[in-house]
Amino acid sequence: MSQATALTWFARHEIRLAWREWLAMMTGGRRKRSRAVIGLIVFAAVMHLPAYAVIGRFAGLEAPLDKSSLIVMSATILLAWALMLSQAIESVTRVFYARADLDLIMSSPVRLTEVFSVRIAAIALSVIAMALLLSTPFVDVLVIGGGARWFAAYGVVIAIGLSAAAVAIAVTIALFRLIGPSRTRLVAQILAAVIGAGFVIALQIAAILSYGTLSRFAVLTSDAAARFAPDADSLVWWPARAVLGDGEALLLLLATGLVLLGLVMATFSPRFADTAARASATVTPDHRGSRARAFRTGSRQQALRRKEFQLLWRDPWLVSQTLMQLLYLVPPAVMLWRSFSDSALAIVLVTPVVVMAAGQLAGGLAWLTISGEDAADLVATAPLNPSRVVRAKIEVVLIVISVIFAPLVVALGFASPPQAAVTAAGVIIAAASATAIQLWFRVQGKRSQFRRRQTSSRLATFAEAFSSIGWAATGALALAVPVIAVISGLMTAAILAATWKLSPRRE
Amino acid sequence: MDRPGVMKPQQSALQVRGLTKRFDRLAVDALDLTVRTGEFYALVGPNGAGKTTTLRMVAGLLRPDAGSVEVFGIDALRDPVAAKQVTAWVSDEPMIYDKLTPLEYLEFVAGLWGIDPAMSEPAAHQLLVSLGLEAHLHERCEGFSKGMRQKVALAGALVHDPRLIILDEPLTGLDAVSARHVKGLLGDRVRAGCTVIMTTHILEVAERMADRIGVIAAGRLVAEGTLAELRQQNGHTDTSLEDLFIALVDVEATAA
Repeated sequence: MSQATALTWFARHEIRLAWREWLAMMTGGRRKRSRAVIGLIVFAAVMHLPAYAVIGRFAGLEAPLDKSSLIVMSATILLAWALMLSQAIESVTRVFYARADLDLIMSSPVRLTEVFSVRIAAIALSVIAMALLLSTPFVDVLVIGGGARWFAAYGVVIAIGLSAAAVAIAVTIALFRLIGPSRTRLVAQILAAVIGAGFVIALQIAAILSYGTLSRFAVLTSDAAARFAPDADSLVWWPARAVLGDGEALLLLLATGLVLLGLVMATFSPRFADTAARASATVTPDHRGSRARAFRTGSRQQALRRKEFQLLWRDPWLVSQTLMQLLYLVPPAVMLWRSFSDSALAIVLVTPVVVMAAGQLAGGLAWLTISGEDAADLVATAPLNPSRVVRAKIEVVLIVISVIFAPLVVALGFASPPQAAVTAAGVIIAAASATAIQLWFRVQGKRSQFRRRQTSSRLATFAEAFSSIGWAATGALALAVPVIAVISGLMTAAILAATWKLSPRRE
Repeated sequence: MDRPGVMKPQQSALQVRGLTKRFDRLAVDALDLTVRTGEFYALVGPNGAGKTTTLRMVAGLLRPDAGSVEVFGIDALRDPVAAKQVTAWVSDEPMIYDKLTPLEYLEFVAGLWGIDPAMSEPAAHQLLVSLGLEAHLHERCEGFSKGMRQKVALAGALVHDPRLIILDEPLTGLDAVSARHVKGLLGDRVRAGCTVIMTTHILEVAERMADRIGVIAAGRLVAEGTLAELRQQNGHTDTSLEDLFIALVDVEATAA
């Protein structure tokens, strides 16, 4: 086989792997792929409705835009880039640590530099493919409403995808050099999570501090932002101009993306093999010891709870996920602090955000404690009724939720005791609902599969999300229009009842 | 291995009657099995013969479709908690917690079995030291090799001083030294009156360590006895267990 043929073959292999990984993620590993693909197509079609609601009114926008519109559009592109960067960092980390084929590739008689160039290109391709998939409903809406010029938006997605992949590879390999393979995994995961949300959260905090609102657009459309923004012919606006159909800007963006990726390939492909080898050899990520202490007394359930607390506390991935949930709580906390000082009505917005966060966090924790049991056989062969095991694990979830949210509720109590009571009730109900859904749909897994928990049951994932949203809305309505809150609460309870009915029967 | 001179009480530690389990196909077919107290019993058989399924049902990890399981006279299907109190299970894939140290893991296991820390703590230390893990007592298990993980899992199974130890391929992935540690530890337990049931593909281990050997094929026990009895049953007076095993399994495969 010639070198070129080998590379083409390897590229096909990479694309097939990426496709199967993606399909497994989307279908939860089920065999009935045709049904899953039809489901995805229907989902993508349905997504055109919210896309229309969000972006439909902007279809008529034409160049030249005023500064506020340019800022909003550029910020949206920057957000999309940040999200792609986040996904690309995850992909690179996965290639380094999770792919089991590194030994095979590195022991094969192929030139590693070229093989890893293909692998870098495959990472870029998968990031771009995912971004294109997610952006399609939005671009479609713009094309239908505003004409074919909006097709240029696809080009922008490709260009920023190329640059995001390039930056992700450079950042990850730089982290390897700076802090070593074992720490890079954790730092890259946290970085990916924080980058994805950090931009939105920062805008929200700026909006609250400046305008007393959670809307991120308040900052972007403000006079102050327009005053600080560069002139309309600045390079900064080229991505926005490219989206609007400016061919020159689009070509420049695409060229920049390609050059960046080419540079990264040329620079890092020869070292990719080394880096990958070091990562795969790093099977001892943490040698931290624990100080010696005497065995503790307590009941069997206490032993279970202690173990769960220890594992939660020592799980870096979970800590980063929790950090993410807590990051989302920062804007309402800032809002609370600001409202407390001037008694603004906007404080009501804190309740749904807190309730929603509690539901989502409880869902993740419940999966980890109930389904993510690494020593399932051990616990199952212990002389303890299964119901007591489950109860101990649920207690852990509710205790953690209480510890995290109690300070916020107490602070809220100083500003508005009735709202604090409603928020506390909302947190408890949302957390209990999410935990119950995880219990009904539990499937034994490893904690390391946490990232994929949402693909094991689409129904559970949607039910968990709708339950959290429902209870968040009910909480907000209870403070504003209590009668409608009753309806919202009943609807959410009905969702839970339907979910229970559809859940697999438990012994 | 027969150990002349060692008195064996004849009360059964495990009595299985008509045990049946069907997945896509019949995995265990009305199996009858009796293991005496203080006995080292080896269950051998080809891949997919039903060894692991049988032991998982005995350990309470799988519910049988039919049949009964008695552990020291306790009906394990009616009162699983009481049966589990005296039983330990070790699988070929060591299931331990990466983020706990070996000592913390053993503390957790002892807590689950409700063992007084005054007894479990010294026992845990002693077990881990005897398995060569002294230098790693306070290290998290995430960097451990498979052999080390298997030893931690085995220590966990022994820390609550079970009367019946069920092991599914416990020597898989262990180096020669570790395997000898494990075999020594199991031998000590049997000498102290504990009952051990073990599946293994390493026939030499079964030949050397087991008091009795059960050969399972297609979900049924096709032969059982000491090595001498198995030889006698099959009309061979001087043959290895490997030859006997292949002969027995071949007969079953032909019959099927």
